[in-house]
Amino acid sequence: MAAFLEVNNLVKSFGSNTVVKGVNFAFDKGEFISLLGPSGCGKTTILRMIAGFENPTSGSIKVDGQDITGLKPNQRQLGMVFQAYALFPNLNVGDNIGFGLKIAGMPADERRARVDEMLKLIGLPGFEKRYPYEMSGGQQQRVALARAIAPRPRMLLLDEPLSALDAKIRVSLREEIRAIQLDLGITTVFVTHDQEEALSISDRIVVMNAGNIDQLGAPHEIYNKPATRFVATFVGHLNTIEATVLDAAAKTVSIDGQTATVPALPTTANNGSAVSLTLRPEVLAVGAREGSDITLTGTIADVTFLGSVIRLRVQLGQNVVSLDTFNDQRTAPPARGEPVTISLASKDLLVL
Amino acid sequence: MKTNKFWPWLIFILGAAYFIIPLLATFIFSLRMRRDALSFDAYVSVFSDPKFFATFGYSLVVGVFTIIVGVLVVVPAVYFVRLRMPWLKPIMEFTTLLPLMIPALVLVYGYIRLYGSSSLIPFTGSVLGTDILLTCAYVMLALPYMYRAVDNGMRTIDIGTLTEAAQIAGANQVQIIGQIILPNILVAILSGAFLTFAIVIGEFTIASLLARPAFGPYLVGIGTNRAYEPAALAIISFVITWGAMGMINVLGRFAPRTSARNT
Ligand SMILES: Nc1ncnc2c1ncn2[C@@H]1O[C@H](COP(=O)(O)OP(=O)(O)OP(=O)(O)O)[C@@H](O)[C@H]1O
Ligand SMILES: [Mg+2]
Repeated sequence: MAAFLEVNNLVKSFGSNTVVKGVNFAFDKGEFISLLGPSGCGKTTILRMIAGFENPTSGSIKVDGQDITGLKPNQRQLGMVFQAYALFPNLNVGDNIGFGLKIAGMPADERRARVDEMLKLIGLPGFEKRYPYEMSGGQQQRVALARAIAPRPRMLLLDEPLSALDAKIRVSLREEIRAIQLDLGITTVFVTHDQEEALSISDRIVVMNAGNIDQLGAPHEIYNKPATRFVATFVGHLNTIEATVLDAAAKTVSIDGQTATVPALPTTANNGSAVSLTLRPEVLAVGAREGSDITLTGTIADVTFLGSVIRLRVQLGQNVVSLDTFNDQRTAPPARGEPVTISLASKDLLVL
Repeated sequence: MKTNKFWPWLIFILGAAYFIIPLLATFIFSLRMRRDALSFDAYVSVFSDPKFFATFGYSLVVGVFTIIVGVLVVVPAVYFVRLRMPWLKPIMEFTTLLPLMIPALVLVYGYIRLYGSSSLIPFTGSVLGTDILLTCAYVMLALPYMYRAVDNGMRTIDIGTLTEAAQIAGANQVQIIGQIILPNILVAILSGAFLTFAIVIGEFTIASLLARPAFGPYLVGIGTNRAYEPAALAIISFVITWGAMGMINVLGRFAPRTSARNT
């Protein structure tokens, strides 16, 4: 199957400042794609080039086989949701949702039917006579979503649509957006700097770092097999453990006097050199766990009670690692300063 | 508490007196036409003069056209400068202030020079041409007020994002300005419009030098050869002007609310 959204060697410079440095990706029809990265990495700029609000310095953008690089935004048949809602203040909800339909010349009765359908889809039936200022942020953003999809665009673009909302609504609305997207099967590009948001709703994630793509993959790939140290630290939490290389060829290292075989070592590693190993909090366990072949002892430096989970920070020599344990109601949580034994499986160690 | 309120009130009363006493004196004088009693004779005399309605009607029509042309010029100009060429803004601000710095007399002599009946573009050669020229001159005179009103209106809405939202929905520039930008700055435009109207109604210099039968020259003409009618006219034009200002407030309540109020 040919790609539905194709971006080739996309470059954008503002004066001498190159903010998008040759980006390539291709996605299939119906995929939910997140552009994830820290502030200023160029996510919005890429999205705005897809929408047609910025002209690429070089490179091309294709949608459904058509090169849209030179088209004006109003010729692209795309829908977009903005961070600040951007509903038209002079129009009521019905007219906001119907705006694109009216521009496209749809007769009034068909338009009304489509608006009703959209209002049902976003769970706000009967709201068509309300004005934007009479609604909460979450409701306004749902109307903005309805306005974007009402004209049946080829693609839906969202630029941090949830970041102006409070935490509870942020989670429920993102699930709603995903459900609607799956329902309509609409190809969607979602910009966010929130890794949890990206991991939870995307089919695939593009992790951006300073104008480049560091990794592109499904959420579990990004999280479990981060391609770079940047991805590993930006997506999820990462622990570091210092070790000494025993035999570079056999990939064995010594951690706290125990021998472990790691999946990979940097090519620069020599026998006897120091190496930093990284690992996710969830591969560490308090006490022994089946499959674990390395045990380390340390003291508890900090305890954070998070409800169902307790996050511990454990001092190991000069390293501090975090790990999570489930809250067991029958036993008291560990206390600060207590000695603790933790275990891990050497195959879970990442070398970045 | 009492001493706190004394000084503000005193200043308010002094300020109000400064404006109201001359107005009151004029009003009382305008009622003195009959020798031994207060009466509205001066007003009757004014309203029975057909030239009053003719000149007022003329200025009204010129005023309406001035407002239309002014809106058509200023709204797109402010919109595009804000959106695409923000670096032009200081130049635009300065340009719109020029009509306040250049006396109308200079302006009109320039016009007569440039558009006189012996020039290449003889606007003053015909009545219609002169009317058009007068309207253009008034658009210019009202520019400082219209520009500031429209600019303030656009400040209250996020024209950049609203434009993009409309664009991605398929709208072109004309549709965006007509259906999104204009309705959202309607109150601002109305306040610019009423200021324009107030200027046009009272303007004397340009209208008289272009020899058009406007309300301003009529007022001055009456003032030089009558006693009580000018006072009555002063009160009437005061009421008209304040009525125009009052309309700004009244219409403001019916205007659509902007998202700026919500956040
Ligand atoms: N119109 C512009 N003119 C000049 N520089 C710009 C312009 N738009 C963006 N930039 C710069 O491009 C860089 C990337 O901006 P962009 O908005 O794409 O970042 P982002 O990844 O969306 O960040 P955020 O998470 O903060 O929204 C930034 O350094 C920004 O300053
Ligand atoms: Mg951004």
